[in-house]
Amino acid sequence: MNGRLASLVLAALVLAGPAWAQNPPEPYVIGGIFSITGPASYLGEPERNTLQMLVSEYNAKGGIKGRPLKVVIYDDEGDVTKARLHAEKLIQKDKALAIIGPSLTHTSMAVLPITQKARVPLISCAAGIEITHPAAERQWVFKTAQTDAMAVNRIYQYLKKHNLSQVAILTVSTGFGVSGRKQLTEQAPQFGIKVVADEVFGEKDTDMTPQLTKIRNTPAQAVICWGTGPAPAIVAKNLKQLGMKIPLIQSHGAASKKFIELAGDAGEGILLPAGKLVIYPSLPDADPQKAVLARYDEAYRRAFNAPASSFGGYAYDAMKILAQALEQAGPDPDKLRAAIENTKNYVGVSGVFNMSPEDHNGLSPEAFVMVKIDKGEFKLAE
Amino acid sequence: MWGRGRGLAAPAPSPAGVHDTVETLAALFQYLISGLTNGAIYALIALGFGIIFNATHIINFAQGEFVMLGALMAISLYQAVPWLPAAFVGATLAVTLLGLVFERLALRPVRDRSPLTLIIITVGGAVLLKGLAMLWWGKEAYNLPPFSGAQPLHLGPATLLPQNLWVLGVAALLLAGLEAFFRLTLTGKAMRACAYNPVAARLVGIPAARMVQLSFALSAALGAAGGILIAPLTLGVYDMGTMLGLKGFSAAILGGLGSSLGGVLGGLLLGVAESLASGLISSGYRDAVAFFILLVVLFVRPQGLLGGKP
Amino acid sequence: MKGRRPALWGGFVLALALLPLWLRNDYYLSLLNFIGIHTILVVGLNLLMGYAGQISLGHAAFFGVGAYTSGILTATYGLNPWLALAAGLVLAGLLAFLIGIPALKLRGYYLAMATLGFGVIVYIFFVQAQRLTGGPSGLSGIPALALAGFAFHSPLRLYALIWALALGLLAVSAGLVDSRLGRALRALHDSEAAAESLGINTQRLKLLIFVWSALYAALAGSLYAHTLNFIAPSSFDIMFSIKLVTMVVVGGMASIWGSLLGAGVLTVLPELLVVFHDFEVVIFGAILMVVMIFLPRGLVRGLLDLWEYRHFRREGSARG
Repeated sequence: MNGRLASLVLAALVLAGPAWAQNPPEPYVIGGIFSITGPASYLGEPERNTLQMLVSEYNAKGGIKGRPLKVVIYDDEGDVTKARLHAEKLIQKDKALAIIGPSLTHTSMAVLPITQKARVPLISCAAGIEITHPAAERQWVFKTAQTDAMAVNRIYQYLKKHNLSQVAILTVSTGFGVSGRKQLTEQAPQFGIKVVADEVFGEKDTDMTPQLTKIRNTPAQAVICWGTGPAPAIVAKNLKQLGMKIPLIQSHGAASKKFIELAGDAGEGILLPAGKLVIYPSLPDADPQKAVLARYDEAYRRAFNAPASSFGGYAYDAMKILAQALEQAGPDPDKLRAAIENTKNYVGVSGVFNMSPEDHNGLSPEAFVMVKIDKGEFKLAE
Repeated sequence: MWGRGRGLAAPAPSPAGVHDTVETLAALFQYLISGLTNGAIYALIALGFGIIFNATHIINFAQGEFVMLGALMAISLYQAVPWLPAAFVGATLAVTLLGLVFERLALRPVRDRSPLTLIIITVGGAVLLKGLAMLWWGKEAYNLPPFSGAQPLHLGPATLLPQNLWVLGVAALLLAGLEAFFRLTLTGKAMRACAYNPVAARLVGIPAARMVQLSFALSAALGAAGGILIAPLTLGVYDMGTMLGLKGFSAAILGGLGSSLGGVLGGLLLGVAESLASGLISSGYRDAVAFFILLVVLFVRPQGLLGGKP
Repeated sequence: MKGRRPALWGGFVLALALLPLWLRNDYYLSLLNFIGIHTILVVGLNLLMGYAGQISLGHAAFFGVGAYTSGILTATYGLNPWLALAAGLVLAGLLAFLIGIPALKLRGYYLAMATLGFGVIVYIFFVQAQRLTGGPSGLSGIPALALAGFAFHSPLRLYALIWALALGLLAVSAGLVDSRLGRALRALHDSEAAAESLGINTQRLKLLIFVWSALYAALAGSLYAHTLNFIAPSSFDIMFSIKLVTMVVVGGMASIWGSLLGAGVLTVLPELLVVFHDFEVVIFGAILMVVMIFLPRGLVRGLLDLWEYRHFRREGSARG
């Protein structure tokens, strides 16, 4: 019995080709650095899950170019020192070909001097524009998350169409909120919009009625809130408490089922720019992203028994772009980098990517759609 | 509402001026409501600090975590049995028990009872409880439904939620009950005696160890109640306790550590100051304002507003 | 005891010098560099906590002031990094002096809360003063330190610099502890009233040691900024202050060598336990409690005490 099994295995190995029969092929090592615990765990967890899921999918299909993938993922807890150490470990010890992550702008900024020097492609999952800008200086750095500029662009397009020209902005004091605030104030004049109130709140604040009361006393026609985690839901509740009837617009940081659940009744009617993942069933079939989104969501639900989030999508796109480049160019760092930079018409979760030497993100504002919360569901607003 | 922008731009200056004054007053009133609601929670936490301090001369830096545990346990219980009174009582009892366990395991075995040691132990306890809560409940926030409806009430020019009234009402009841307990019951008087003079109290046969346990139970219960009251407004999340605990402690020091009236006054003052600061000065420095007040009090009058000599 | 000292120092210096030959990997060197930076911080805090008996729950603030002064002056204003480092020391020292005068009149819990409040305010300042500090997304483009054209930009070169400074400060601290000042500090730790009656100006002594330990923190902060070339406020929050206290506690209060150990163990542990990252916070909390309850003299000293206690009891019972 045992002998027969062994000869079967041997036969299979011989049939599979000489590469298999000798020693097993060296895997391609892919590194991941995510904020799996700590305040930004809502980003890191789905990112890690997605990366692990994709890698086992590739391996089930025989890897890339006949070589399996090995993924090494570390948790930076949102801490820059840890992110830096993990990047060095991935490069020096694990000999990673490329690194996916980190999840946050500040951890990405801490890591990139190292990856640049080591000439290892880094595909960040964070939103900050400064990560890949200017691309000429950040040759080895790419990112798959939409930048805030695009979300702001989408919101202002919408406001302009609806003739709302005076807005109040309420932003969180984190990298995400500060970057959103900058874009909101800088882009306003282009759309003929005036920012009449500019308030901030802390990431863990639990009562924003003072800021909203202040906004109530301005001629604002809409409130734009820029935050992540539970705070945006509290803003929605506070707005309702104060009986303010002007529309509330949230950022893509609130584009999750969790937000709808936390905001409850107060969430009804809220507008926000979101990646298409949250509303993919209602997309027209002609939309090229629809099939990709459905596949990702279904696979994620099967593997983790939870709906996919657009944050996990950042890691999804990063891994797919990297895999494409590996298929094309192989593991040579310079060729791999050039192949990533040449990514064209890749249809991903966050949008359609067209990278270039000047643009290491490759997304356009069309990556976002405006959605509205209607009876506890996201619906297309336009 | 959508037209208010045009209303403000009315050409005649004097009606607009009157309008402005009314709006400013309305805003001030709104800040006050928000400040008093948060302040009531700070007061409950401050009293928790005070009770333990009086009985043991320990500052329990894990006090804020009791607040978080109260909120999250009530949310879990409510998910199992959707009846709020049961969730409230159940969660408060569970946290009370936890307070007793904390005292037994973390503080009673300590031999070196210097403040430095005790600070580090209770800070460690806070970190540990927070970490365990993160493992148990995850990192997400949860909703607890308001005690009665979410329809805002109009109180003159300001609006508030029924939950704001619940917070203020239940907090006032708890504070009054506590004061009655300390003044009128034998056990309460015994606890006060221990606070004034532990040696003498022991000489007259008051079981000091029992009083210490009772103080931990009471302050855990107060913290938990505060957490459950505020959860419908602020949501419940594993890391909500740290800041609340620190603010509660600031309130206790502001009012005078160990004085119950001082704790209440300190809590309300701190809440209102914070709310006014974020409304009138800058919302970014809200927490800085609370701690700045704390520093000023510590440096100028460390015994607090109503405290005796420290 | 005294006779063992030179051998200990010699062995340590030799080990430090030989370590890079064995660890050819930049990752390990970087890890050692962070241990070095943490050692400087912890030795300073230990002088305050272990020897003078005063707590600080806001030491991350001085670390941050050092880091941000260096970062802002070099990255934004192009100042010479060494001048920036000196400016960071001056600013942190001044801040410690100003805050120390009223704060150190307080005792126990009040001092703990005052330093904590100070730490929170400084942290909020780093986050909010965006024009100056770059806000929460951080400040990038901080250059490396350089000495006469020799830039400390690789982990190996930084290793030499950081550990030379750490070693120097360990030696200075050890000397300080053995001096008259050190004896005065211990008197202060045991009883402030008794120290006062011995003619020690306790207020001045406390202030001196507070400023001194803030200077260590600021130096560590500058080194940190030039090592990472990037800083963000999240490295200087209350949790980091608490981690520093944990390092002091694990290494053992009033132990210079323990500081090295505490910094080493708690910097390496999270790296080794990456698999358990979810538990890291729980482990930190548990360490603080268990060590302080059962081994208040620190992990190593405590374990040694336990061993000696067992040992002597056995000897005693054998004799009896």
